[in-house]
Amino acid sequence: MLKIENLHATVADKPILKGLSLTINAGEIHAIMGPNGAGKSTLAYTLGGRPGYEPTGGGATLLGQDLLAMEPHERAAAGLFLGFQYPVEIPGVSNVQFLREALNSQRRARGEEPLSAAEFLRLAREKAKLLGMDMEMLKRPVNVGFSGGEKKRAEMVHMGILDPTLAILDETDSGLDIDALKTVGGGINAIMRAPDKAVLLITHYQRLLDYVKPDFVHILADGRIVRSGGPELALALEREGYAEVIAA
Amino acid sequence: MSAPLKNADALEAVRKASDYEWGFVSDIEQEFAPKGLSEETVRFISAKKNEPSWMLDWRLKAYRHWLTMEAPDWAKLDVPPIDYQDAYYYAAPKKKEELGSLDDLDPEIRRTYEKLGIPIEEQKVLANVAGAPRVAVDAVFDSVSVATTFRKELEEAGVIFRSISEAIREFPDLVKKWLGRVVPMHDNYFATLNCAVFSDGTFVYVPEGVRCPMELSTYFRINAENTGQFERTLIVADKGAYVSYLEGCTAPQRDENQLHAAVVELVALDDAEIKYSTVQNWYPGDAEGKGGIYNFVTKRALCQGRNSKVSWTQVETGSAITWKYPSCVLNGENSVGEFYSVAVTNNFQQADTGTKMIHNGKNSRSTIVSKGISAGRSNGTYRGLVRMAANAENARNFTQCDSLLLGNRCGAHTVPYIEVRNPSAIVEHEATTSKISDDQLFYAMQRGLDAESAVSLIVNGFAKEVLQQLPMEFAVEAQKLLGISLEGSVG
Repeated sequence: MLKIENLHATVADKPILKGLSLTINAGEIHAIMGPNGAGKSTLAYTLGGRPGYEPTGGGATLLGQDLLAMEPHERAAAGLFLGFQYPVEIPGVSNVQFLREALNSQRRARGEEPLSAAEFLRLAREKAKLLGMDMEMLKRPVNVGFSGGEKKRAEMVHMGILDPTLAILDETDSGLDIDALKTVGGGINAIMRAPDKAVLLITHYQRLLDYVKPDFVHILADGRIVRSGGPELALALEREGYAEVIAA
Repeated sequence: MSAPLKNADALEAVRKASDYEWGFVSDIEQEFAPKGLSEETVRFISAKKNEPSWMLDWRLKAYRHWLTMEAPDWAKLDVPPIDYQDAYYYAAPKKKEELGSLDDLDPEIRRTYEKLGIPIEEQKVLANVAGAPRVAVDAVFDSVSVATTFRKELEEAGVIFRSISEAIREFPDLVKKWLGRVVPMHDNYFATLNCAVFSDGTFVYVPEGVRCPMELSTYFRINAENTGQFERTLIVADKGAYVSYLEGCTAPQRDENQLHAAVVELVALDDAEIKYSTVQNWYPGDAEGKGGIYNFVTKRALCQGRNSKVSWTQVETGSAITWKYPSCVLNGENSVGEFYSVAVTNNFQQADTGTKMIHNGKNSRSTIVSKGISAGRSNGTYRGLVRMAANAENARNFTQCDSLLLGNRCGAHTVPYIEVRNPSAIVEHEATTSKISDDQLFYAMQRGLDAESAVSLIVNGFAKEVLQQLPMEFAVEAQKLLGISLEGSVG
């Protein structure tokens, strides 16, 4: 589904990704772990198409489409969802309005009929319930006045409503207490655990992986994947630290 | 770095998506006053309108005073010198006789309003979707009013809705009583000029205890070349009356600048309420700053009665230069003044706009919410005065003034003046300045919105408090307009 080959990328002319390769098949959940500065967020932003994150070599395809040639909104319509580490506030724009416009412009780009207001509200209600979020929260402006945990939960509701093929979740677990972690983990499983979908989890810690069991774990260091393995790799990291595991 | 490049692409996309849609010219036979400004011009206009002599005297007095005045230069505007002799002060579609009915209207003018989407035929409005709000329209084409609709129904309710020229002839006492009462003849350079050469506009009188049964609206259109538009609006809400009034405007796309110097006077007596909404979309000039309307307008309301209320809502997206301060003089006890404004400037547009809230009455209250959006190389200034006079016991004001910048070549400026002469008065002022961040833009695009829709959504969110003050059908138009007027501004 996602095929990254020898990807190089720079931020402010500084090389951050230095030949990263990774293949994720449909139905799989992968976790990428790594020390600060390894390039985890750069990977997410480069795949999402954020201005300032410049691919300089290699490539990435989603279901055979050249991701790097597309605008960010085209990547979204192609099925890519990026869960933000720091979700952004948009004052005066309710989640409902924001998501309805976003979903309908994705649908139009794919040649599908836009949803009516009633159809959309039904969908939003269903997904909010799944993620344990009060519908009233969705009527409030996007992320304005939300706590760290609420923002992450809202990201999952966005994901549920937009229903992507591939979700890249950038430190979705940061800022969550145990209960929220449980809900969010459950949400990821409910929304994305499917034979035709895939997830790339970017995380520092093992704890999210207690709730979302990855099929593969990769260690990213200095812009490259230096080790890959199963869930046991994450446990080893938790025990021994990055330095030990990378050296081993 | 890819950031500037990507932004440039988005910029181009947005630019392509929109041009000034209302920039067409209608080909109509017109009649003009002799070019230039003189007593002759003033007499010509007055004669064209069959005005009584008191009106001509009033105009001449204003003209003679205007000759002694100088154009104001205190605003943060760069106004090129205006040659007042190189313009026409009166342009009217040629017509044979007085219009007997709307059917006699020049088909080309009718087509112009159709193109603009302005309903000047009652049947058409009536044929609209059931439940749609009806709006009575006064359509002003260059210097004259060409149609007022729903006259009969309004008359049954006792509401007078006329072009000001008709009102001067038909209701001289009412007009005489209030004309120049709110904005005195000597008020300022442009208002005085307007007194001398105003050509048409709207007069509304809502009698005691009457709630106007429909929204009233004037649609201003400048068509002729080298022509100034000087309209005059006077709205009087008698005791306990209520009226909501909408004003819209467009002009053809021309390379030279055209002057629009209007005066709007509102009077609210005891327990009366006037809601005045404007969507100003005069031609702003092209992307290089060539052409566009100079919008130098004096709007003021007199909240004369106890518990009277006036609410100004404006969405200003057009004009090359805007100089405009819709104000409230709060004389009545418990009177209320409100000012809700969104002002957008893009490319080389300049706007110096805001309000004055003059509190004279006890317990008078005012609210100011101003949202300025600057893009391109434009400059937007909020200038506001809150004055609490010595008698304004327990008067209150709340001001919120927010600026949003797009790109790094534009400017936003806030100039609040606060004068308090009564110790019990309370004045609050809050101001913020922010930029549409790359974070917001990328976040919205990652969720599926293209750059243009993302900017439009963010800007509409920013302006929401003001937009929700507008009547429904106007709000929808204003939302679209905000997106369109910010063409080429992502960056």
